[in-house]
Amino acid sequence: MQDSRADILGRIRSRLGRTAENAASGRVEIEAVLARREQGPRPAVEADLAARMRVRSEALSSTVEEVARLEDAPAAVARYLAGLNLPSAAVAWPQLAGLDWAGAGLQVEGRAANGDDLVGITGVFCAVAETGTLALLSGPDTPATASLLPETHIALVPVSRIVTGMEEAFDLMRAECGELPRAVNFISGPSRTGDIEQTLVLGAHGPYRVHIVLLRDC
Amino acid sequence: MQIRSMHFKGRASAAAADRVLQGKLATAKGLFVDGRRRAVAEIDLEATREASQAIRNRAVAHLDLWLERFEQEATRRGGQVLWARDGAEICRLVTDIARRHGVKKAIKSKSMLSEEAGLNAALEAAGVQPVETDLGEYILQINDNEPPSHIIAPVIHKTKEEVADLFARVHQKPRKTEIGEMTREAREMLRTHFLSADMGISGGNFLVAETGSVALVTNEGNGRMVTTLPRVHVVITGVEKVVPTLEDLATLMRILPRSATGQSISNYFSVLTGVKRPEDTDGPEHLYFILVDNGRVDLLGSDFQDMLRCIRCAACMNHCPVYQTIGGHAYGWVYPGPMGSVLTPLFVGIENALDLPHAATMCNQCGVVCPVKIPLPDLMRKLREQQVERRLRPWGERAALKLWAWLARHPSLYAFAAKFGVRYLNWLAEGGDRIRVMGVAPSWTAGRDFPTPEGRTFRELYKTRRNE
Ligand code: SF4
Repeated sequence: MQDSRADILGRIRSRLGRTAENAASGRVEIEAVLARREQGPRPAVEADLAARMRVRSEALSSTVEEVARLEDAPAAVARYLAGLNLPSAAVAWPQLAGLDWAGAGLQVEGRAANGDDLVGITGVFCAVAETGTLALLSGPDTPATASLLPETHIALVPVSRIVTGMEEAFDLMRAECGELPRAVNFISGPSRTGDIEQTLVLGAHGPYRVHIVLLRDC
Repeated sequence: MQIRSMHFKGRASAAAADRVLQGKLATAKGLFVDGRRRAVAEIDLEATREASQAIRNRAVAHLDLWLERFEQEATRRGGQVLWARDGAEICRLVTDIARRHGVKKAIKSKSMLSEEAGLNAALEAAGVQPVETDLGEYILQINDNEPPSHIIAPVIHKTKEEVADLFARVHQKPRKTEIGEMTREAREMLRTHFLSADMGISGGNFLVAETGSVALVTNEGNGRMVTTLPRVHVVITGVEKVVPTLEDLATLMRILPRSATGQSISNYFSVLTGVKRPEDTDGPEHLYFILVDNGRVDLLGSDFQDMLRCIRCAACMNHCPVYQTIGGHAYGWVYPGPMGSVLTPLFVGIENALDLPHAATMCNQCGVVCPVKIPLPDLMRKLREQQVERRLRPWGERAALKLWAWLARHPSLYAFAAKFGVRYLNWLAEGGDRIRVMGVAPSWTAGRDFPTPEGRTFRELYKTRRNE
């Protein structure tokens, strides 16, 4: 095993003409690249990030509604589920389990999702306005399965957590988490496939529908 | 995967006569080509291509150092980095890991390297059930392990009727004809596998040196399942897949989905770093990276180094008139279209894929759309040159070129031959401006006309002009 590593790296070095001197200067160069974190060209994104988020999410076949505060979320979720005749039992991020779900007539358990859960409720780490994308980080209070296994995914998105692009999302992660969690999942609408006759079908392996509840004052 | 690239001509001719296949390819072409055009209009395409090219070049220029950095970071986060020289080594490493962890079932999200290695057969032989979970790949697997015909739309060559028959037969359920229902049926079949597998095997779109992460792009969500649910996750990627920073990832993600499917962003883009932490309730406990050479290292410093930039977006095949006519199977190995015409000979041996560098009209559509600016036609031309240098061209062609070279060195004979040739072609045209059947090489005009030369030869014209 070890000799494959030595062999492959050895051949890479010899094909690149690596010597002790240019290895030293090469290391300086890669450190500089890592420190610079140079960005590529960025498309223009309008200043009203919430509006952009809404438009782009809808273009990705998500649905969007807006409420004022986090405390308004349970009622909004209950309305949404009832409107589509979806079950009132859901799994949610443990982080959100403290909200008054029962008061809105929902049976919500805060835990990771299993194959039988039909509705998953999550928050987000942040959201990316450029593409209408949700950014979720895995963790004990924010299990990755809640946005993946259920047929319906409902995400509560504080408007203050909407950033311009993926670059800003990564910056926020570096600033707030130090290093990346096990999984950073960027989610852009319900899961889909176009494999059969290139016909788009929503709900391949992940959720059939994604509903975004924007929290205006959060 | 078995290499069938030497049979290109026969298979391409059969495919070119298949009207049904071309119908399917034409629909897909419309979607991919129009979709891409719309999606790239949202960004500064040329600037983003330049930046993407620069990112990939930066990675390749110090590949050893970036890989060492990646390895260091990935290891620090609890991953184990292994190296494989070829397909056989991939198979050995993966089956060893399976054995070590007592794995019975492995769920797979798309990995071209596992196709290169023929990994599924090796897993089966080792008593592990491999399950492809990308819908297209799943369809191929249950159809007796049929090979894919496109790198991102593997069953582009199948109609829904064919899939309906296949599902009815294999799933033993009433035949469905609506694509949504068929997808739901496959979802249900695969759910049980997702929830019961011990190991997940994925490819990787990129490796990030800064963080030791693998970045995975999917639409179906199977990639997330494969990397979240089983207790062991194995990533198999080529050594060239490394990029320096998360910012680089952000830039490449602006151009990859747009070039591939015309999406501004793919549904799921996951950046995965390390194993499940003690307090986490989901995620794999063991994470292995298998970094693969299988022919890639030899491209460094060669005429073909540009090819190492490839991000496997498939734009080149979506825009290729040859691919449009014959589909992917004729290319005979894992990679079809222009990128396959370059990669296949380089990976499996130039003498095992002689026709592929010639399977091009040199229209440069591929070069124009490639998001990392790989000059694909130039690379095909270089492969053609190598065939000539290594005397791999057929004797008839070599003899004809020799004759031409000899003629060209004898100006008066050349003038005579040219004069005779022009007269002959004019005679064939019977006074018209097109030749319907080329006398000495009738197959040349089987599908097109040959234009009649304009009057006299260059030399004759030159002579008269000088005299005037
Ligand atoms: S060669 Fe260019 S266009 Fe073709 S798959 Fe690779 S990156 Fe895409």
